[in-house]
Amino acid sequence: MSFKLFELLLQASIYTVTISIVSILIGFAIAILLSGMLLSLRRHLVLPARIFVSFFRGVPLLVQLLLIYNLLPVIGINVPSVVAAVVGLSLCTAAYQAENLRGGFASVPVGLVESAEMVGLTPGQIFRRIKVPTALRLTLPALVNEAILILKASSLVSVVGIVELTRMAQDLAGSTFLPLQLFASAGLIYLVINWIVALAGGLIERSLPGAPR
Amino acid sequence: MSFDINVLIDQWPAIASGAGVTIMIWVFGTIAAAALGFLLAVARQYGGLAVDKALGLIVAVLRGTPFLIQIFLVYYGGPFIGLSLDPLLAGLIGISIYGAAYFSEIFRSGFRAVPRGHIEAGECVGLTQGQIVRRILLPEMTMLVLPPSVNMAVILMKETAVLSIITVPELTATLSAIGSQQYAFVEALSALALFYWVLVEFTGRLGNLAETKLSRFRFFNA
Repeated sequence: MSFKLFELLLQASIYTVTISIVSILIGFAIAILLSGMLLSLRRHLVLPARIFVSFFRGVPLLVQLLLIYNLLPVIGINVPSVVAAVVGLSLCTAAYQAENLRGGFASVPVGLVESAEMVGLTPGQIFRRIKVPTALRLTLPALVNEAILILKASSLVSVVGIVELTRMAQDLAGSTFLPLQLFASAGLIYLVINWIVALAGGLIERSLPGAPR
Repeated sequence: MSFDINVLIDQWPAIASGAGVTIMIWVFGTIAAAALGFLLAVARQYGGLAVDKALGLIVAVLRGTPFLIQIFLVYYGGPFIGLSLDPLLAGLIGISIYGAAYFSEIFRSGFRAVPRGHIEAGECVGLTQGQIVRRILLPEMTMLVLPPSVNMAVILMKETAVLSIITVPELTATLSAIGSQQYAFVEALSALALFYWVLVEFTGRLGNLAETKLSRFRFFNA
């Protein structure tokens, strides 16, 4: 296999990484909202969030992508396939991240919140200065894990016609008759990307204040 | 936007067959993955350092690459090393190997959680390694590996949808074909999502039930 082919794969992997990062970030924003709903005491907030999380965790991502890609035009919304892909990945990861965040917020020690109340912080300040940093510290490993899962799951957006790493390998395999080499190379690139993410996650974890030595 | 359930009713034999294939791949794939994963874990535990390192590398590769890439390697790459498989068999093999990597990690953490003293006690009374695995390791770690195993079974259920890409005639392939042929995406894809949703929720509930039952069993035997 020539280096030219490998270079094409590397270029396509930029799409994989970009789509994954954008989806993780959008998913995180939705997840914060969802975890707030899940932890609220109002039933009309909890129930929709529960259904959302249950649906997006219970249906295969491929089916979610097919639904979004095929149904949006039916109800009159025409979006480019890249938007459909990002929406699908974001909603899916939001459901998983919401569960993680809910767990993180639920395990913020009560004493920490109480002492913040004692020194006179407002509920808003307690949320921003105490709850969010503590919960993030607790959910960071899960977030890194989720990033790796999304990087791998992004291979599925090839079905809605986006030429990311997997689709590029597939197209090149079709035209060069080198499927073994191309798919193995694509796998290697995924492996290296995920390894970098895991390494970076570990570094951030150790550099945060309060990290175990 | 209209919803015409008759499109699905007319096609019920094809849909039933697709659902059957999905469940068949899931059940056999999960059993094979668990069995293979258990063997992997045992080999890493008792096979010495070299075996442990080599198998650890394979597990890391399987866990670090997308399932779709693995399936493409087996299905499209296989013929180039003289391994021509029909889609269904390629899918079954793919899902078993993919699942085995995760199951082996589940079993390994299960092994580690069994107190060292219990195994030493087994060795002292003269049990063989095989007997120690069957009589001490397995029963003691069942409670520990059950929740992550149910979780893994659910993940594999959802991964079966990916096999539609290599034209395995399972439910996702069947219903998306009906959707595009009859232009009935709404009906076909909603039915598809509902099928997986119900099955995944059902499996999760079943797992919780098994956990409760087993913990009671353990309590009375303690």
